[in-house]
Amino acid sequence: MEQLEKLLRERILILDGAMGTMIQRYTLEESDFREGHFENHHKSLKGNNDLLSLTRPEIIKDIHRQYFLAGADIVETNTFSGTSIAQADYGLESAVYAINYESAKIAKEVAAEFKDKPRFVAGSIGPTNRTASISPDVNDPGFRGVSFDELVIAYSEQINALMDGGVDILLVETVFDTLNAKAALYAIDCVYESRKKSLPIMVSGTITDQSGRTLTGQTTEAFLISLSHMPLLSIGLNCALGASLMRPYLQILNSKSPFAVSAHPNAGLPNEFGEYDETPEMMASQIEVFLKEGLVNIIGGCCGTTPDHIVEITRMAQNYKPRIIE
Amino acid sequence: MKALKLSGLEALVVTPETNFINIGERTNVTGSKAFLRMISEGDFDAALAVAREQVEGGAQILDVNMDEGMIDGKMAMQKFLNLIASEPDIARIPVMIDSSKWEIIEAGLKCIQGKGVVNSISLKEGEEVFIDQAKKIRRYGAAVVVMAFDELGQADSYERRIEICQRSYSILVDVVGFSPEDIIFDPNIFPVATGMDEHNNNSVDFFKATKWIKENLPGASVSGGVSNVSFSFRGNNMMREAMHSVFLYHAIQHGMNMGIVNPSMLTVYSEIDKNLLEHVEDVILNRRSDATERLLELAETVKGKGKTQEKDLSWRNTTVQNRLAIALVKGLVEFIDEDVEECRHLYKRPIEVIEGPLMDGMNEVGDLFGSGKMFLPQVVKSARVMKKAVAYLLPFIEKEKGGKKSYSGKIIMATVKGDVHDIGKNIVGVVLACNNYEIIDLGVMVAPEKIIQAAIDEKADIVGLSGLITPSLDEMVLLAKEMERAGLSIPLLIGGATTSKVHTAVKIDQHYKSGQAIHVIDASRAVTVVESLLGQKKEVFVKGIQDEYHTTRDHHARHLEQKNLVSIEQARENALRLNFDSGEIIRPLKLGKTLIKSIDLNLLLSYIDWTPFFRTWELHGKYPAILNDEVVGVAASSLFKDAEEMLHKIIEENWLQTKAVVGLFPANSVGDDIEIYKDEQRSEVIYTQRTLRQEAKKATGQANLALSDFIAPKSSGILDYIGGFVVTSGHGVDEKVALFEKNNDDYNAILLKSLADRLAEAFTEYLHEMVRKEIWAYSNGEILSNEQLIEEKYQGIRPAPGYPACPDHLEKIGLFKLLDAEKNTGVFLTENLAMLPASSVSGWYFAHPQAKYFGLGKISQKQVIDLINRRGGDFEKDKKWYNSIVLD
Repeated sequence: MEQLEKLLRERILILDGAMGTMIQRYTLEESDFREGHFENHHKSLKGNNDLLSLTRPEIIKDIHRQYFLAGADIVETNTFSGTSIAQADYGLESAVYAINYESAKIAKEVAAEFKDKPRFVAGSIGPTNRTASISPDVNDPGFRGVSFDELVIAYSEQINALMDGGVDILLVETVFDTLNAKAALYAIDCVYESRKKSLPIMVSGTITDQSGRTLTGQTTEAFLISLSHMPLLSIGLNCALGASLMRPYLQILNSKSPFAVSAHPNAGLPNEFGEYDETPEMMASQIEVFLKEGLVNIIGGCCGTTPDHIVEITRMAQNYKPRIIE
Repeated sequence: MKALKLSGLEALVVTPETNFINIGERTNVTGSKAFLRMISEGDFDAALAVAREQVEGGAQILDVNMDEGMIDGKMAMQKFLNLIASEPDIARIPVMIDSSKWEIIEAGLKCIQGKGVVNSISLKEGEEVFIDQAKKIRRYGAAVVVMAFDELGQADSYERRIEICQRSYSILVDVVGFSPEDIIFDPNIFPVATGMDEHNNNSVDFFKATKWIKENLPGASVSGGVSNVSFSFRGNNMMREAMHSVFLYHAIQHGMNMGIVNPSMLTVYSEIDKNLLEHVEDVILNRRSDATERLLELAETVKGKGKTQEKDLSWRNTTVQNRLAIALVKGLVEFIDEDVEECRHLYKRPIEVIEGPLMDGMNEVGDLFGSGKMFLPQVVKSARVMKKAVAYLLPFIEKEKGGKKSYSGKIIMATVKGDVHDIGKNIVGVVLACNNYEIIDLGVMVAPEKIIQAAIDEKADIVGLSGLITPSLDEMVLLAKEMERAGLSIPLLIGGATTSKVHTAVKIDQHYKSGQAIHVIDASRAVTVVESLLGQKKEVFVKGIQDEYHTTRDHHARHLEQKNLVSIEQARENALRLNFDSGEIIRPLKLGKTLIKSIDLNLLLSYIDWTPFFRTWELHGKYPAILNDEVVGVAASSLFKDAEEMLHKIIEENWLQTKAVVGLFPANSVGDDIEIYKDEQRSEVIYTQRTLRQEAKKATGQANLALSDFIAPKSSGILDYIGGFVVTSGHGVDEKVALFEKNNDDYNAILLKSLADRLAEAFTEYLHEMVRKEIWAYSNGEILSNEQLIEEKYQGIRPAPGYPACPDHLEKIGLFKLLDAEKNTGVFLTENLAMLPASSVSGWYFAHPQAKYFGLGKISQKQVIDLINRRGGDFEKDKKWYNSIVLD
């Protein structure tokens, strides 16, 4: 914790880019997702990227390695959907521990290959595919597809496995429903208490569009206030928006956050084919605008970003001072 | 020092500058009988409305309490908080989860995404429980109210208060790790002037403890429930209001920065009568030993003074200015001319009577209405008094010349082209006029050019549109486009039964970029909206609306994606296939047309469904229970009395003429069409009714319905029948309304219109029974009460074109031709197919035992094209009629 906090005051730290975008480059088949572990599973598993940490670990390690080589200080584990709630769609609730443990372990192995500067692994904790604040049934607004307690149970399992696997940081990310994130923080606090050990926590929310609100309707400031009860390492924004559209909301976090501020925007907005076509240069020049303003302490990329993007962002970030943390 | 920060969908940061944070208290089953009843009856819509009123009334935190033995508090808390989460206008502000039961608190904490407040915990059950609960509250991310209560009991002295608060603070900050700014102390507000000496210093102790907390426990806030202080004066509201504002004034001076205060139980400190203020402060500040006796003495006279305002004619024994104010508030028209005449001589210029005493009185009415102490019928009555007074003065003002009344703003109001419904518009006009806005009412069926011209010529500040039928929605969209084109930028208000926030946000707002379109849900909101739009905070208000509409559009877009339509072919595959056992179809006793020239209105009285009548007047509740309703009962009873009196006159003096035509014909279905035949030969089709079929994806076993499913298919060879009707009770309404309006009596004008509507519906019910029992006679043995009729417990249905089962207004044209309705009833269709006179009903009769009402829901454009082709219409020309039902 101290080492990270010290570094955060010295320079802008670099987070990695997209995992999914990189996995797509390998054009994998159904068998890649089963190999050696789920050969006879009754459901199709293609697209369940988190499984690749078990079935094709060399691919995931290769991706981590590329991001470290590109300049990332922190890589995220391949565990975005690593909760029993998200895995229920595939009938793989029982694989949750292995996914998180192995993902953490292999990321740490790659980090150990680099001796030039400290490299960190953040355990990625996604939002799950259910929301605790919105009813999935339009006709029954009081109904909920998932409860706070169910989320706490699922998150606790993931957190324990990530910590067993040795991650350095926990990253609660792509928060579209603040209540889900509150459940994650609740679980983290309980796990820390029972393990008598705590790791730095990063939180990253998603402002869905230019209304400046989360999917569940909170303003950026309300989002910040709702999650400030824990001593976070950083709070920030990721996904949904490209760098330039994210800037006004980062300005809000910059002026109000007692924690470090992070951003990992998408490579622009998807085109009509769902592809991201902002080049590394384009994205880095947009990011430069808010590096100049001193808005962030941690910068990286989300959907559509690649090691090339991270190379450019790293190069750009070297020229600027980090945001001053109060 | 850090500030207390809370959040709902938006942030609430409590700083020294925010002064006093007002906590809404009406969503509390222990404090509001009305709210308890809503929760125990499961009427969560009404409960949400209470919450919304609190937010709109300025509450900055919403206190929710479900502690009542008869309800499942945990479930009620969860359900209510979940429902609030779906209402962005309520969820905007933070929630205070108020319970004495930990399990309810914890259930509530699991439902809120924002940072709320727990109310409350204390050392009552010892440190262990206190620490455990505080730890969890921190983990859930909430602030906490701590009561000054410990193992020994509630703190009742200054010393006990500071001792317990100090101890609680230390435990929270040092042991639990609670942020100091997230701690809010409630150091117990106790009653004073109870007659017991030990209570005399209660308020002073509270003030001192508050000051001590602010000075010695850095970061902490102080809150409390203010109404406790005046507990011994229950029943004497005037006294209580004075005590509350005195208490609050001093408490805030000492550092209390939030609390539960009922704004309607509060007077303005500076406006309290000097003598009363001195007596109250003597008690609150414990300034003299006989303070309580002296206040009690004064209370008797204060109470007595209130009583002179009761009924009889004692209210005449005061100054003429007071009499005018009383007449306005009570809606008493009897003496208005003589009082105005008397008053006129007291002022230099007649206009000053309006600007002075009359406006003062109307402002009071506005305030009372705004704070929920007066209801719509009462306000409209007040407006009648005002109008009469102004009418009396007008000749004098004109004679004097140059004396021009100044208004707070000018508003153009109109019911849009093709629509004739104006009850709601008139109510809004009256309410706004009461609040000193100049209303230019362009009437009904107003063409867009005319509205825009009027807005420009009159230099209007706002345009308000009203409409009831669905085609009016498109007229409103058109008008928004035209306003944009004409370069206008003034706000556009949208109101009327079919309008909605979603439609305004999605369809209207985006065509009027230069100005702001705003949906106004009912008349009571109109004043607030208009005031906000013409006031200094316009920009903030408009920004708020824009944000809200943006969110609404997003939600809408997301919902659309979730809407699943099947293809029209699949829907037809899944049609309802009734077994048309010929035994169930009864040949009408009398085929062809039957005219009912006029009917004795006395026969209709027992058929009137009164509940919608009250709804028209924005009094919500079921008749007859509404007459005894705790909140609106008095207003409803008074309105009902006026309605009965007018009904009596309508009948005695023959104000209205009723007419109806019924037609029963041989018919068979062909696909989604119904062929209607000239006679039993069934060789000549005199009209083909086109019906629309549901296309929503249905659960297994549920059919995609169309009205044609209820008629035997031609191919079955079974002989079936259909009926149609047009009913009116509207002839004579306009003439009478014109008389009322000429007499400045909007109240009776609106009352008559709303009664005529009820009579048309009652006539329809009556006629349907006649059809079932006598004309078609398929249900001879039926004996049903009015309640059963209202609940539609009879066999067969009478869907009306333009309503959910057949939203296709174009079908009215065919129906009217089939029945020769214009000639037979004198009812005409406007260009947008509204019926004129407005108090008319038309529809189809289906007799099959399994025929039932259904909502068509959204359909595909493909079905619309198919329908228009079947009818031989032109798609480009006709498509506008289906805009509101096509999924886009």
